Amino acid sequence: MMVKLTVETDRAGRERDRVTIRFAGDSGDGMQLAGNRFTDSTALFGNDFSTLPDFPAEIRAPAGSLAGVSAFQISFSNQRIHTPGDAPDTLIAMNPAALKMNLGDLPRGGLIIVNEEAFTTTNLKKAGYAANPLGDGSLSDYRIISVPLTKLAVEAAREFPVSVQQAERTRNLAALGLVCWLYGRDLESTLQWVAVKFERNPAIVQANQSALRAGYNYGETAELADASVRVGPAKLPPGEYRNITGNQATSLGIVAAAHLSGQSVVYASYPITPASEILELLASYRNFGVKTVQAEDEIAAAGVALGAAFGGALGLTGTSGPGLALKAETVGLAVSTELPLVILDIQRAGPSTGMPTKTEQGDLLQAFFGRNSESPVCIVAPSSPGDCFYLAIEAIRIAQKYMTPVIFLSDTYLGNTSEPWIVPAIDEIAPIVIRHHTDPEGFAPFIRDSETLARPYALPGTPGLEHRVGGLEKADGSGDVSYDPLNHQRMVDLRAEKIERIAQDVPALEVEGPQEGDVLVLGWGSTRGAILSAADQARAEGVPVSTAHLRYLNPFPHNLGAVLRRFRRVLIPENNSGQLRLLIRAKYLIDAHGLNKVMGKPFTAVEIAEGIIQLSEESRGR
Amino acid sequence: MVVEPIAEQQAAPKLTRKDFASSADPRWCPGCGDYSILAQTQKMLPNLGVPREKLVFVSGIGCASRFPYYMNTYGFHSIHGRAPTLATGLKVARPDLQLWVITGDGDALSIGGNHFLHALRRNIDINIILFNNRIYGLTKGQYSPTSELGKRTKSSPMGSIDAPINPISVALAAEATFVARSFDTDPPHLIETLERAARHRGGSFVEVYQNCNIFNDGAYRAFTDKPVRLQRMLYLKDGEPMRYGVEQEMAVRLNGLAAECVDLREEPDAEPLVHDASRTDPSVAHLLARMSYPEMPVPVGVFRDVEKPTYDALLEEQIEMASAQQGKGDIRALLRGDTTWQVE
Repeated sequence: MMVKLTVETDRAGRERDRVTIRFAGDSGDGMQLAGNRFTDSTALFGNDFSTLPDFPAEIRAPAGSLAGVSAFQISFSNQRIHTPGDAPDTLIAMNPAALKMNLGDLPRGGLIIVNEEAFTTTNLKKAGYAANPLGDGSLSDYRIISVPLTKLAVEAAREFPVSVQQAERTRNLAALGLVCWLYGRDLESTLQWVAVKFERNPAIVQANQSALRAGYNYGETAELADASVRVGPAKLPPGEYRNITGNQATSLGIVAAAHLSGQSVVYASYPITPASEILELLASYRNFGVKTVQAEDEIAAAGVALGAAFGGALGLTGTSGPGLALKAETVGLAVSTELPLVILDIQRAGPSTGMPTKTEQGDLLQAFFGRNSESPVCIVAPSSPGDCFYLAIEAIRIAQKYMTPVIFLSDTYLGNTSEPWIVPAIDEIAPIVIRHHTDPEGFAPFIRDSETLARPYALPGTPGLEHRVGGLEKADGSGDVSYDPLNHQRMVDLRAEKIERIAQDVPALEVEGPQEGDVLVLGWGSTRGAILSAADQARAEGVPVSTAHLRYLNPFPHNLGAVLRRFRRVLIPENNSGQLRLLIRAKYLIDAHGLNKVMGKPFTAVEIAEGIIQLSEESRGR
Repeated sequence: MVVEPIAEQQAAPKLTRKDFASSADPRWCPGCGDYSILAQTQKMLPNLGVPREKLVFVSGIGCASRFPYYMNTYGFHSIHGRAPTLATGLKVARPDLQLWVITGDGDALSIGGNHFLHALRRNIDINIILFNNRIYGLTKGQYSPTSELGKRTKSSPMGSIDAPINPISVALAAEATFVARSFDTDPPHLIETLERAARHRGGSFVEVYQNCNIFNDGAYRAFTDKPVRLQRMLYLKDGEPMRYGVEQEMAVRLNGLAAECVDLREEPDAEPLVHDASRTDPSVAHLLARMSYPEMPVPVGVFRDVEKPTYDALLEEQIEMASAQQGKGDIRALLRGDTTWQVE
């Protein structure tokens, strides 16, 4: 579906460059849906945007409880933006618990839209309010729009054959309608979406559409015009765009890699938040020849992927941190047998089960070192939702070219956050060249390519190349089992050297901003958006700063050391306690500074900007 | 798996046992039962007419798991307990290959218990051969999940307090479609059993009683020794009454919900159970699995052999069905998704 943009200009409203809205409610209030629909209409309107869903691990925590609050934040702008916004300008709170959990993030003067009917004695008590905040003056620093959203929804549905319960459930659409009115968003895309989503139940379609319109009309008639705000379309690079999350882009990258290589995909996974979505998406691509296996456990998933890789398919397994721990021995087997296995780790807060729906970058050292003995692997980390697509392809390309496992480190934030994305032209992406060895003449399973040190990829089924691989140490060249001390030293060195040689395919690290000077912010993975925004903020404060972002963690880009030495101070923001900093210090003997946040939430731009300014002042001896 | 010789191979000279032996010299202890299983496998394979390059032996860790190194086929010596997972992935990727998983009692039933169950319940078309010696050999003599209660080993000096597991019962409980047992000292029976496993389409499981002459010598001697074998073992034969004894004078019959032995010389009219491995209901197979010496003869042969759709075939079917229903995947359309917008 290609939608023409219609920019509404006829209604009054203050012009703003950027607005951030947070939808918050009970897990059953449908806030993710409302947020996603608003995102679609914002995309069609032509804003740049970034979204951040934030939901509890429990599917339905007790209704009305603080633990059950689910939220969705979207920031949209008439300029390029890189984050879902540090703090919301507007909060939609569907119940007291949602208000209580989110009010702290709302700046004074912010707008709050509440579903007033949900502020019952019971719900207030569940949220821990002694008195109703809507009536006790405690919200006097904010602007409040108190709306009977449930009543609006029920009345809007009155003429359709739906139950009261079904009608009440459309209150999220009423809320969405009101928000659409406030920000001048067209209803058309949501009306269409509802029609398709519930096409089997016309009454539900009508009730939802009617609730949406009722919310919209409420804004029109309740004289809320002074709250209404306009954010014009952004000047994005020209092209055909779609909305994409990191997990979607990762899945598409895998299917694209199959297309680019002419090989079939075998993706094996065990359900785990936040990686399950990739299994679900890939399972729906059977008509692309994608084979998914929902394995009995994390170890089995890794084994299935490795077995598939031995057979010549693109073998991938996906998980989160706890699962990566379980797969460690199999990854070691892939290191030893030198087979192209790709492991996706959509990181989440740990240790152990941790906070399954909250983000963290805590698995970098696990990816580097979480296996027995000397067991180097290639590690890549995408830096934005759209980048997940390109790095998934790269991970597969490197695995095949160098006959090595590759770990792909995404995270909860990147997996769930969305942005506008230029639809890639598949024909402009370099094909993935895979050479399966077929010539029995002089064949041995562990002779190596002189450039890449990759061993030959000889598939079962190839006559004359029958051979055995395994986890026992192999003689260099022949691949026969070997306990020879010198051979073991050589094989350890060769496996390490092979990973180092991948650097020849890693683009040089680029510095954004001055190429040398005071402060360099070095990031990796999902922090890129916040770092870019923070650097802009620091520059606006008159603090010169440069940024560089690592998408390849092992090996590092060949010029990393040289780049680091051109700056007096290096700041490394990470959603962990300093894992990249440890590596940088160890490898380059540079006194890198850490900015570390381990709260299950991504950085805000302000947090990093403050870190930059502070370090810059130190650097200039203030 | 139904194995039919492919046309071009029929013209080629028939392979022999030697063609399947790799250049590596087996390093099992002299006298180990593994030598016989290796020899019978190499003798059996030419019967299948499957080209060498289409065969893959996958193993885990343990004495048995060194097996692939001695086979001149493709092989993968993996990690402890995980061989069924690698074999599953390989079969999913390459349905054209014939897969054998070589495992032991510790590998399959202890560390790999989960994968053993799930490979069988999925009915993926692989052949799992379990060398059961009731001991950990490679780690030099600790009790295994099939060691008998009270067994004294290095790690159980006062006797094992772990109740043993019955591999055939476990395989049946996992709804395995082919379940059989043989033993290392009856080569013709072992060859016949392995061949039937290979020809079965779906997950095949064969337990092979194997003697570890170093750490658990004579574990099965009480009933597998030649002079007593006929009296103490029950050779299961399809369509035939379950009879044993030197003169076939003994029989197994049903008494209520239990199996019992009957001496036909005393009760000539007794009605022995007639073996039918293709019976869909696994109840009789379960009864047979519970029979053990000395109370009963030990059954060997095929306990169960039924047809069910295989995992690998169902997956291929879904891919064909999806392509037929939705059309072959269009990568450009997929990348564009449901909604796009143009920025000029």
